[in-house]
Amino acid sequence: MSSQPAASPMSLPNYLEARPGILSWLTTTDHKRIGVLYLASMMPFFLVAASFAVMFRLELFSPGQQFLTNDQYNRLLTVHGVVMIFLFIIPGIPAVFGNFFLPIMIGAEDVSFPRINLMSWYCYVSGAVLALISVAVGPPDTGWTFYVPYSVKTHPNVLLPMAAAFILGWSSILTGLNFVATVHRLRAKAMGWFEMPLFVWSLYATGWVQIVATPVVGITLVMVLLERFLGIPIFDPARGGDPVLYQHMFWIYSHPAVYIMVLPAMGVVSEIIPTFSRKKIFGYRYIVFSSIAIAAIGSLVWGHHMFTSGMADVARIVFSFLTFFVAVPSAVKVFNWLATMYKGSVWLAPPMVWALMFILLFSIGGLTGLINASLSLDVHLHDTAWVVSHFHFTMFGGTGVIFFAALHYWWPKVFGKMYNNTIAYLAAGIFFFGFLATYLPLFFAGARGMPRRYADYLPEYEIYHKISTIGSWFLFASLLLLLGNLVYSLFKGKRAPISPWGGATLEWRTATPPPTLNFDGEPDLSRGAYEYPEQVDHD
Amino acid sequence: MQTEGKPQFDHALVPYGVYFKVWGALVLLTVLTVSVSYLDMKHVRVLTALLIATFKGSLVVLYFMHIRFEERMYAYMIMVVLATYAIFIGLTFVDYWYR
Repeated sequence: MSSQPAASPMSLPNYLEARPGILSWLTTTDHKRIGVLYLASMMPFFLVAASFAVMFRLELFSPGQQFLTNDQYNRLLTVHGVVMIFLFIIPGIPAVFGNFFLPIMIGAEDVSFPRINLMSWYCYVSGAVLALISVAVGPPDTGWTFYVPYSVKTHPNVLLPMAAAFILGWSSILTGLNFVATVHRLRAKAMGWFEMPLFVWSLYATGWVQIVATPVVGITLVMVLLERFLGIPIFDPARGGDPVLYQHMFWIYSHPAVYIMVLPAMGVVSEIIPTFSRKKIFGYRYIVFSSIAIAAIGSLVWGHHMFTSGMADVARIVFSFLTFFVAVPSAVKVFNWLATMYKGSVWLAPPMVWALMFILLFSIGGLTGLINASLSLDVHLHDTAWVVSHFHFTMFGGTGVIFFAALHYWWPKVFGKMYNNTIAYLAAGIFFFGFLATYLPLFFAGARGMPRRYADYLPEYEIYHKISTIGSWFLFASLLLLLGNLVYSLFKGKRAPISPWGGATLEWRTATPPPTLNFDGEPDLSRGAYEYPEQVDHD
Repeated sequence: MQTEGKPQFDHALVPYGVYFKVWGALVLLTVLTVSVSYLDMKHVRVLTALLIATFKGSLVVLYFMHIRFEERMYAYMIMVVLATYAIFIGLTFVDYWYR
C-alpha cells in the first residue's frame, strides 16, 4: 500500500456524505453519484443474465433434452443476450467509470449537461424495466439481433424488448453527447488535447460512435415494429422489401457497438498498465490515433456479420478487407502496452492481473476475428459455436475483464475502502481457469460444425459441451467471489488512501472519496498524466 | 446578461420570417419528394430521394438548429457525421449495385 495518509486531508465533505437520503440520490446531478447509480442498477442485471447462461449451459451438459424445452432454451438465450449487451456491456464502462472519472480526469467539476446525465440514467432504468416486463409477460425468442423476418412473424412478444432497446439507445446517445461536450468545453485550461489521459481519449472516440451509430439501430427497430404492427412492407421480399437491408442497418450500429464496448476498456488498460509499471505510457499519440482509427474503421466493417446472408461478392470482399484493416490499430495498442511494461517496475496488484488477463484473452479474441474475416473460412465457421467463443473472448474476455479491472482499480477511490487482495487474486485465478474451460472447447466444437443457438447436439460434441459447462460453474463462482469481496469491503474494508496505486492522473490527486465538485480548489496540474515521480510501497 | 433591460447576444437574432420561409421550403421539398417517387427514375431514384432529404436536413441544421450562426467547429462536426452517413449508405449500396 501507499505510504500516503489514509484519511483525506481535504475539508469538504465527500460526495457520498454530501447529501443524505434516497431522494438525494434519485435527484442527483453529481456525475459521481450517477456513475454509482449505474453500477448499482447494472450489477443485478449482470448476475441474472450470467445465471441464465449457467442454466442453458447446464441444459447442454448432455445430448438430448435435460430440463429445458427448446422454447425455454431459446428464450433464456435471448434474454441472456439482450440483457448482457444492452444493459451491461454497452453502457458498462462509459456509464459507470466514464461518468465518475471523465470530469475528474480533465479537472472539471461535472459534465457539461448534468441534468441530461441524470435523464440518461432514467432512460437506462426505463429500458431495463421494460426489458423486465417483457421477461414477465413472455420473453422474446428472436435472439438479441431481432432478425427479420422472424421478428416480424414470431408469436412471442417483441414489442417490449425492442422498445427497451430503443430507450436504452437514448441513454447511450445522451451519455456520448455529454462526454464529447464535456471534453471540448470543460477541460482544464492548462490541459491540452494531447495531455489528456488516454481513458478520456477513448471515451471521446466512443462518444462519437454512440452519437453517430446508435440512431441507426433505433430507426431500424422502429421499422420492424412498423412492419409487424402496421404491415408496412420494408423487409418483406414478397412485397418489395429486403430482409438483408435489416441486417445492414442492424449491424451498421451493432458492429460499432462492439467498439463502444471495447474502446473504453482499452482506455482503462492504458491507465492501469503505466500505473503498475511505474513508467510513462509508450507511444501516447499512437494510442490516441489508434483509438480514433478504431472508432472510424470499426464503423465500416459491419458487413462481416453478413458474409453468408446473400450479400454481393464485391461487398463481401470490401468488408473482408476493411475487417482485416481494423486489426492494425488494435495491434498498435497491444504493442504499446507491452512496450510500456518492458523494463518497467511491474507490480502485479489485482487491477494489473486483470489487465494482463485482458491482453491475453482479447488477443485470442482478436486473432480468431481475423479467421472470421477470411471469407472462405467464415462460410464454414459462420453461425457455429466458434463465433460464440470468439465473441466471448473479445467481449467478455475483453470488455468484461476490464470492467472488473476497473472495479478493482478505482474501487478504493469511488468508495474509500480497500478490498481483500488475497480473495481478489483467488477470484481472478478461478475466473481465468473458468473462462478458458468455458470458451476454448467451443472453438473446437464450432470448427467441427457445432451450430450456435441449438438446444441439442450430436453425441460427438458431448466432450466439448461437458468441459464448457463445468467451466461455467467456475466462472460463475469466481464472479460471486469477486463481487462479494468488493461488497464486503464496503462494510469491513480498511480506509483507502488518496492514491493506493500511486496513479498520476488527476483522480489520484483529490480526496478519497472525492468531494462533490471533485477538487478542493484548483486541480493540481503540475505534472502530466503519466509522470510517476514518487515510489509506492506495496505489501 | 442584461443591459438597460434588453437582452444582449453575441450573435444575430434570426427574424421569424426566415423560419417561416424555411418551413415553407421544407413543405415544398416534401411535396417534391412524393412527386418524384411517381417518376420512372430507375437507378437514380434513391439518389434523388437522398439528395432532397439531405437538402431538407441541411436547412433544419443550418436554421432551426442555428448552426449557420454558431462557431465553425460545430459545422465541421456535423460535416463529419454527414460524411459518415454517406459512407454508411455508399457501402450498403456496394451490396445492392453488385448483387
